[in-house]
Formats: sequence, C-alpha cells, structure tokens
Amino acid sequence: MTTLAPVAPAPETVPSGQARTGGSRLWRRFVLALAGLYFLVPLGASFWFTIYNEATGVSFAPYAELWTAEGFLSSLLLSLGLAVATIVLVLLLTLPAMITVRLAAPRLRPVMEVVCTLPLVVPPITFVAGISRSLQVGGEVLAPTPFWATLIAIQDQDFPLVLVFVYVILVLPFVYRSLDAGLRTMDVRTLVEAARNLGASWPYVMFRVIVPNLRSALASASFLTLALVLGEYTVASILGYQPFAVWIVTISGSKGQLSVAVSVLSLLLTWLLLLTISGGTRGRRSA
Amino acid sequence: MRRSLGALPLLVFVGLAFGIPAIAMVAGAFTPGLDNLALTLQGGYLLALLNSVKLSAVVAVLGAVLGTFLAQAVVTSRSTALREAVLTASGVLANFGGVPLAFFWVATLGNAGVVSGLLGLPSGSLFSFWGLALVYLYFAVPLMVLVIAPALDGLRPQWREAAANNGATTRHYWRHVGLPVLTPGLLGGVVLLFGSAFAAYATASAMGAGTVLPLVTLKIAAALSGDVQTGFENVGLALSLDMVLVAALVMAVYLPLQKRSTRWLQ
Repeated sequence: MTTLAPVAPAPETVPSGQARTGGSRLWRRFVLALAGLYFLVPLGASFWFTIYNEATGVSFAPYAELWTAEGFLSSLLLSLGLAVATIVLVLLLTLPAMITVRLAAPRLRPVMEVVCTLPLVVPPITFVAGISRSLQVGGEVLAPTPFWATLIAIQDQDFPLVLVFVYVILVLPFVYRSLDAGLRTMDVRTLVEAARNLGASWPYVMFRVIVPNLRSALASASFLTLALVLGEYTVASILGYQPFAVWIVTISGSKGQLSVAVSVLSLLLTWLLLLTISGGTRGRRSA
Repeated sequence: MRRSLGALPLLVFVGLAFGIPAIAMVAGAFTPGLDNLALTLQGGYLLALLNSVKLSAVVAVLGAVLGTFLAQAVVTSRSTALREAVLTASGVLANFGGVPLAFFWVATLGNAGVVSGLLGLPSGSLFSFWGLALVYLYFAVPLMVLVIAPALDGLRPQWREAAANNGATTRHYWRHVGLPVLTPGLLGGVVLLFGSAFAAYATASAMGAGTVLPLVTLKIAAALSGDVQTGFENVGLALSLDMVLVAALVMAVYLPLQKRSTRWLQ
C-alpha cells in the first residue's frame, strides 16, 4: 500500500477523446454500482440481522449482551495474547536474521528468501495436519525423556505456545516482505558502521539506530500479524483451542445474532488496524 | 560461519517448527506404502479434491476478471477519495477472517437471511457450489484489486496516446498494448486467487458446507478429528500431501510471474 501514488488525470488529447470518455464513464459507473451492491449489501444486511428480530423489533441488545457473553473476554484475551507473543517472536527471529544477511552473509540471501516464502506453499490445514501428527508421535517418542514435559507445556490450554509457533510460520512470508521493503529504503551498512565506529554496542545499534528507521515496516508487519492471528480459525480449531474465531463459531449455533454482531465488530477492528497501518506509512512518507 | 550467527535462530526455528511437521506429514502419507495416497484419488476423496479445484478455478477466474474491472474503474477515476476508499476496503476484506465472512453471508443469504427473505430464495441456495463461489469472491475480488491496481497504474497514458496517434482504436490498444503488459500480473493474480480459495477452510467450515459440497480441506479436518472413522488420520495426511502438491505447482507458476510483472512498475 506504500507504493500507491496519486494518479495523474487522464489526458484528453486524443481526438476521439470526447466520445470515449462518455462511453467509459457509463462503463465505470456500472462497474462501481455493481461492486457497491455486492460489497455493501452483505454488510448492511448483517447489521440489520443483528439489530432486528421479529420478537423484539429493533434492538441493540446483542451488542450489549456481547460483553457479558460467556467466553467472549477469555477468548478475546487469549487471541490478543497469542498475537502479541507471535509478533514478538517473529520480529526477534526475522530482524536479526535479515540484518545479518545484509551485513555479513549476502550469500544466505537466496536461502532466506526460500525459507520465508515456503510457508506460502503450505495451506494452513495441511500444516496443522503435520503439526498434530508431530505432537502425537512426539508424545510417544519423548515420553521417557524430560522433553516430554516441554511438549506438554507448549500445549497448555491456557496459553498454547504451539499456536504461537504455528502462527510465526504462517506470518513469516508477510513479515519478511514487509521488513525487506523497509530495509530497502535505508542504507543498513553505512548506518551500522557509523554507529559502531562511534562506539555504539550491538544492542544500541539495533534498538536506537535500526528499529527507529524501520518503524513503519515494523508497524505494518505487526498489524498484519495481529489481524491474521485474531481471525485465525483453522489451526486453533483443529488443535482444539478456543481463541476468538473459534469462539464465534461455537456460539453461532445457539446465538445467531450474537455471532453476526461479533463479526461486524471484528470487521470494524480489522478496518481500524489497517487504517493505522496506512496512516503510519503515510506519516512516514511525508516526514 | 560466525558472521552468519544472527540468521541461525530463524533457520533453526523454521527447521523445527516447519520441518518436523512437513516430515511427519510426508511420512504419514506414505504409511503404509502408497495405499493411502491411492485411496485419496478414489471415490469421495477424489470428488472432494475435484470440487476444491473446480471451486477455486471458478473463483480465481471470475475474481480476476471482476477485480481487474473494478481496479481499472478506480484507477482511471479522477476522484482520489474513491480510490483511497476502494483500496482501503480491499485491504480490509482481503485480510478479513474467514469466519466472520461466512456469518455475513449466512445473515444475508442464508436460510434465515435478511436478503433471502426479501427475494424469497429457496432454502439452501447459499449452500451450493455457486453460493460458496459467491461467498469466496467476497475476498477474492478485493485481493485481485490489490494485486492488479499497481500494474494498471503502470500503464502509461503515453502508451495510449501513442497508440491513438498511430490510429489505434481502444480495442486495438488493449489487444496489442494493454493486455500484453498486464498478462503476467493477471496470470499471477489468477494463480494467487486460486491458491487462497484452494486453501480456504474457515469459511466453508463455519458455513457447514461439508454435507452439500465436500471440499478437500473439510475432508482433511474430518479425517484428523476422527469424525469419520478412527485410523483415517493417515488418509488426512495423504490428502494434505495432495493439497501441498497442487499448491506447490500453483506457487511455482506464481512466483516467477510476480517477478516479471514488477518489471513494469518501475
């Protein structure tokens, strides 16, 4: 989204321009009207669905009921916790690796690119198939060793670290691309050498030199991760955990209106998150 | 070796968290022998695989065409506000979770849906091949808009003027200039849409589409949870391997195309 530039107005120098513009305007209106209908009707209908039913008429009760609904807060908090852990872990892993590759080991670059693109090839459902098999086999193989306790610990119902590991892999391609684009805009080598020559320690270079320059790339990577983890259903449901998206499905059977109301809210949340990203990048561009 | 130490944690992590499940999947798929893989290419499993491929292909082609038209309508519009609004909305819908998406459509066109009541649609209309395609397009079209908008921006007005000065009609221009330039981007978009529709599980699962339209992702989930019969977990892994092979094929086409299409965006 950072590559978007304002469009130049279409030139009207073509001799047949007048006739063409007339035709294309009609065509454009048709496309936009159709798209508007297709994309807005479900939103409007869903909202209406949540506030109206034949028994009570129009009422915003589902939105109030939400906050006290059983499992709402705990599943939302679980999702947020998983998202934060995923963001921290994925950044701690990728950022040093990408800077190392730029500074010291350019030959590793193709390797990094393959490693960070590979998860795109694997649909989440097949990945979770492999994960659940690994956990099962791991449980049998590791039973006599101390690692067994580790394996059990990462599957803790209250905070399943195994989900964090899976999410790190799933977001890796997006985080990699975002950070790669950010690193392209700065001269990493010069900055690091200058800082090191002036006596800065490595942690100082990392947090006071590199990170501030990468602020918008880090923000967009983090928000994309947050959006993905909050909406993630496949892996969590198959492994038997109940973060936010799984909870919505669980209640949909008994409380249809409530599940749609949560969907409407989560759309607004995604919207806010993405506005924050594009706002952040825009601020940086104009700076 | 010491110099590349910073990359080590990432590589080790991916090796463990990605490598082990991948090996487990392949090993499980081939246990015992080729039986499970052969089973996935028969009967109900084959049907599910074909359904998935068909649905993804329809969504990919329709989504690419509609998304391109929408993107062109927005890119050539003089209203910056419209452009910003559509691109932001596309970003939201393309990144939106599969579960809420399913509930939106169930609330709209489902059996108790608001619009299906108004239109008097027969019960179950949404839960069909075309119903699911309609739902999938809700994220596929915005994804296409995001993918193709930069490429459409890359079509210089000068090219159009040059073509017009040489006597080309609009049709000539698109046939000989516009489409050839856009082809890598368009194909890349089709492939990306195919991949994301093929991998989608949450939407179909939340809609409960499994009974009317078995898809490979739903079959894998059923096999894993032992819903069908215990001892079928390896069939789930074999189906997963089938899926990965299809997805790998798709990505093998997509990545080079993506590289090619960026050439026009300089």
